[in-house]
Amino acid sequence: MTTARRPSSDEPHVEFENIGKSYDGRVLAVQDFNLAVRRGEFLSLLGPSGSGKTTCLMMLAGFEMPTTGAIRISGRSVHALPPRKRGIGMVFQDYALFPHMTVAENLAFPLDVRGMSRDETGELVGRALRLVRLEGFEGRRPGQLSGGQQQRVAIARALVFEPGLVLMDEPLGALDRHLREEMQYEIRRIHRTLGVTIVYVTHDQQEAMVMSDRVAVLRDGRIEQAAPPESLYEEPERSFVARFIGENNRLHGRVLSIENDICQVRVGEHVVKAIRVAPCEPGDATTLSIRPERIAVAPRPGLYTNEFDARIRDITFVGDHLRIRVQACGGKDFIAKIPNMVGHGAVLEGDEVRIGWTPTDCRVLDAGEDHDA
Amino acid sequence: MMRSGAERRSSLRAVGLALPLVAFVGVMFVAPLVSMLVRSVHDPVVADAMPETLALLDDWDGASVPEEPVFEAAARELALLQRERAIGQVAGRVNRVQGGLRSVLVVTGRRLGDAAGDSWRESMTEVNEAWGEVETWHALRTAGERFTMRHYLAAVDLTRLPDGSVVRQAPDRRIYVPLFTRTLAVSLGVTLLCLLLGYPLAHLIAHSPPRRGGILLALVLVPFWTSLLVRTTSWIVLLQNQGVINDLLVAAGFIPDDARLALIYNMTGTFVAMSHVLLPFMVLPLYSVMRTIPRSHMSAAASLGAGAAQAFRRVYWPQSLPGVGAGCLLVFILAIGYYITPALVGGSTGQLISNMVAYHMQTSLNWGLASALGGIILVCVTGLYILYDRIAGGGRLGVT
Repeated sequence: MTTARRPSSDEPHVEFENIGKSYDGRVLAVQDFNLAVRRGEFLSLLGPSGSGKTTCLMMLAGFEMPTTGAIRISGRSVHALPPRKRGIGMVFQDYALFPHMTVAENLAFPLDVRGMSRDETGELVGRALRLVRLEGFEGRRPGQLSGGQQQRVAIARALVFEPGLVLMDEPLGALDRHLREEMQYEIRRIHRTLGVTIVYVTHDQQEAMVMSDRVAVLRDGRIEQAAPPESLYEEPERSFVARFIGENNRLHGRVLSIENDICQVRVGEHVVKAIRVAPCEPGDATTLSIRPERIAVAPRPGLYTNEFDARIRDITFVGDHLRIRVQACGGKDFIAKIPNMVGHGAVLEGDEVRIGWTPTDCRVLDAGEDHDA
Repeated sequence: MMRSGAERRSSLRAVGLALPLVAFVGVMFVAPLVSMLVRSVHDPVVADAMPETLALLDDWDGASVPEEPVFEAAARELALLQRERAIGQVAGRVNRVQGGLRSVLVVTGRRLGDAAGDSWRESMTEVNEAWGEVETWHALRTAGERFTMRHYLAAVDLTRLPDGSVVRQAPDRRIYVPLFTRTLAVSLGVTLLCLLLGYPLAHLIAHSPPRRGGILLALVLVPFWTSLLVRTTSWIVLLQNQGVINDLLVAAGFIPDDARLALIYNMTGTFVAMSHVLLPFMVLPLYSVMRTIPRSHMSAAASLGAGAAQAFRRVYWPQSLPGVGAGCLLVFILAIGYYITPALVGGSTGQLISNMVAYHMQTSLNWGLASALGGIILVCVTGLYILYDRIAGGGRLGVT
């Protein structure tokens, strides 16, 4: 289930090596941070607020200095380089467009300070405006533009001086949902057109999934998992990632035995078979995660290794699928999604049914912080 | 369409609530202002006192001493004024047009009763020779103008000759133009000094963490909570000849004890104390504008390749301009009309135009001239405000 993506080269463009950052000398905002971004890659830093993603971006841009470790761009340490000499295009959360300048002047600013000729400047500004489809807006001021248009200008300004690396700090946060989806598509298109390396910060997992070649999920200043979106969804390695990316049913239990990476896990009075992802030993506390769409409701008997009695509590019609809430495994609520196809009326609220899933769709992860078994 | 009764009632109530303020502003501000402006061009004292004389003088050719009927009318009216004990006020008005005429009128009024003769002209000239001079009659005619520009002319060191031509005062009598020039120069200097001192301070406050910013802002506001007199006299303590600064300079050996710096009761004192008193009026509008400039703009400028100086000049400074304009305008307007501080620490060389207005209001009682001086300041300030508004665009003042 891999999407066709522009192949990015294996050469690392940006490297974070053992980065640690503390603002007050005691609490670490970022720690043990190791990450390599390939040239041409679209990498998202994804995490809840306070996870250190913006700090990482600011250190890369040069506005914050790492407390420990080194950041390299194209193999060279940028420790001594001030932001203006790093040659990085940056899109700010609030766009940071200069309100006293027109769109064209905003775009010409990075070219002017580089001492480019008027002709060259005019040509590059024109090209950047064409890229973000804002031809004809040269003379407007930022205050006369809509949010989406301002966003495009901010992107154009970050690209106009042709940097190889562009950083974006939650650039779509201020837009409404419809516009956000449109801009996600636009940014992806621009990325593919130019082939620049983009490091993108967001707390919106769907945004990260849609746009990125690779997503690094951050939590408390550490990388939980860095992988392509498909892998994050299908093969989360940590319970935090499983919970953060998409929807998940989680079961807390204790490992009974392991055989060929298939674990027997005791969950309440039941034993569930699940696939081992991270190292674990019999006796370990664990979290099992199962995607809702992988839970079969009222399957043909004997089809699944894991089958349990369940009671349907309610059914929600969501359009293309039905969300079914069932109670099973000793009172635990499960969410199951089944496609809206002919025959879904086979189950009704209050029915006693069987639910089931294959062991490979059920992943044995770390205990997680809310483990209480 | 008729508005509903409820709507009309509520709008009436709104007007009613604003009424006390409107009445207050009208009575306490607009009316005195209008009255003073009228006084600067309207002076009926002499005109009301000597109507017949002035009517006859209207037909006078102005070249030679007037005819007998003019003398007769003048004598009669002066005698009447003497009886009514109103001659002093009239004499004072005429005296302002030409110095020395006060005693001429007063003495004439007192002695005319005794004089009797065929010719009032002879009698009056006998009492005082001045009546035989053309200038005296010109002065009387000028003082008798009910509506006059002479206060405004005087306020800019001009005077009208008997033939009606307007010329500059004699060099030793030019007071006001140099004083206006000095006032403008001091106001400009104080404004610039406040900008130089206030801009970095406002920047620091606006971009400090809230806690530190709050403390700094409170420090700026502390002077507002202190009496202006206390602040000004504190400067006297600091700057005077035996004051803190001179003592320190002498103790440090920078200046000998017998050559202490004259820091107060001169222009330096006015300059220093005014800048201090007016600094908050620069800092506050600057702060309120700078606070709205996002920090990300400077980061953005840096990420786009601009150095600190370039980023400041092209990104920060232009965005802070409304604050600069508002602050400068506020400080400049306040400085132009500044009174207490120069009066206390200005000595003789540090006096400004307001001190002259006060002098004419309280001491010389030449309210017409005081009003004219005030009117000129008002026009200057209004003109500046309109100019600023044109340049900066309407409604962009940080404070109004």
